[in-house]
Amino acid sequence: MHLTDDEKKMRDGHLGEAVSMAMSILVDLGKAIDAPEMVEITHVHTDSGFYLGDAGLEFVEHLAALGGHVAVPTSMNNTSFDIERCRSYGVSAELSNKIKRLEKAHLAMGATPSWTCAPYQDGILPKPGDLVAWSESNAIVFVNSVLGARTNRTGDLVDICCALTGRAPKTGLYLDENRMAAIHAMLEGFPAEAYADPRFYPLLGYFIGKQCGNQVVAISGIPEGVTMDDLKGFGAATASSGATALFHIVGITPEAPTLEACLKRNTTIQTITVSPDSLKKSEALLCTVENEQLDWVGFGCPHFSYAEFTELAECIAGKKVNSDIAFSVFTSRKILGRVENTGILEKLMHTGIEVYTDGCLLLYPQALKPSGTMMTNSAKAANYIFSQAGYKVAYGSIRECVESAVAGKIVRRRPVWLQS
Amino acid sequence: MATILKCRSLVAGHGHGKILATQQNISFWGGVDPATGMIIDPRHELFDQSITAKVLAFPYGKGSAAAPLVLLELAKQATAPAAIINIETDPLLVAGPIISKHFYGTAIPVVALARAAFDRLQTGQAATVDSVKGEVVIT
Repeated sequence: MHLTDDEKKMRDGHLGEAVSMAMSILVDLGKAIDAPEMVEITHVHTDSGFYLGDAGLEFVEHLAALGGHVAVPTSMNNTSFDIERCRSYGVSAELSNKIKRLEKAHLAMGATPSWTCAPYQDGILPKPGDLVAWSESNAIVFVNSVLGARTNRTGDLVDICCALTGRAPKTGLYLDENRMAAIHAMLEGFPAEAYADPRFYPLLGYFIGKQCGNQVVAISGIPEGVTMDDLKGFGAATASSGATALFHIVGITPEAPTLEACLKRNTTIQTITVSPDSLKKSEALLCTVENEQLDWVGFGCPHFSYAEFTELAECIAGKKVNSDIAFSVFTSRKILGRVENTGILEKLMHTGIEVYTDGCLLLYPQALKPSGTMMTNSAKAANYIFSQAGYKVAYGSIRECVESAVAGKIVRRRPVWLQS
Repeated sequence: MATILKCRSLVAGHGHGKILATQQNISFWGGVDPATGMIIDPRHELFDQSITAKVLAFPYGKGSAAAPLVLLELAKQATAPAAIINIETDPLLVAGPIISKHFYGTAIPVVALARAAFDRLQTGQAATVDSVKGEVVIT
């Protein structure tokens, strides 16, 4: 692997021991994945503040103790729970202390306390063609596909190494040729109302991720009118069922003005057809309930947007959540500030809806509702809350979830376009 | 008689154990519990099996970018596999063992096999992964 003189100095300790360890790790990683050299990056979104166990904590504290400091602007992914409310959240003092240590170490190294898994909703918007190193699977696929900036699937802890050095191994999606799709997903048999249905995009994403795994995919047949939240839910679903880091939607995402523009050249393109039958399979995997019993509604995976809050307030207007149902919404502090300023938050107060910042619906869910059935508008949340935490799940639109929470039981209307 | 399969070394090291092989990809975050080394995804065909001290063979990693944290934690808790064999290189999967090597000084070798060689691995066989020689030896 070729290193510049500056990079060799970093590796050899001329810029301190923290940079040396970070660069040595990146060099080993670069060799393992056949990177010929490093790229200089301009931004990092790090998930190294995620407490999974003492190993990650020890590593990050070690880098901070060695005097590590970020070399490029570095935003932080969501943390484990609402920082201000962690006591009422039921998290043990020992655990919250460890999470605070992780936060402290990152802030000491100069990271920004953004605490969100959807930094793109908080004005953190790298420009098309920018080279960045992002972590958090939904943020990775969004920054690549929707914003047209370039990142690989930067892992937790690798991201902080990238931040301390301003470098990442030059491979994968940093390179033009790897950003073209060799799979073309053609949509067939969906009526216009499917494309206008918010349930459609996460179901489609879940199917595409399962089919295409880690490959770049081009999708054709989606008309204009897709919202940012549609793309967020779609991308998060692809990244959770597959390992999708980049998709192109012809006529919609920036690297796909036409199908030809985003397809690999001089290679056989695999074509798959996506029909309503395909999405029935996604739906079956994301609805594991056998009856209408409901315990919990969870929103904000990825973090709830301003537009989603607006819709939520409209749906709950004049109603209250059934007293047996927990209702949790996760968002960023920035978006909470906006919904506070515009009076939306006030409309949600006294309805039984709890809004949390900083944290994650999927981490410590037992603190929110010990067990049972969760209903959500997120295919990603439906996927993980079942596979990781053993909850039963039901998938539905924001409107259906609110109706269910009010009724105290699952209310779902199967989309007409999924019925045959 | 031992079968020797040529492999590509991704993370250096030497590991020996019983093979646990699957054709399904594995997501470490949400798929493996670092405290116990058990596969906890009920949708996975290896659900409820332990990866600890096994030569774990699966085509590719998938899912969350938190995989390095899980793999580093497996190393710390001594619940890690003896070695990992993939078909395709997953940067997220090799990162944990690389960080573990630099930070804890432990080695979880990771190697890549061609598809045909990968398909010869069978659960329960004893195997040695020697990434320095570039060999997986099934005994």
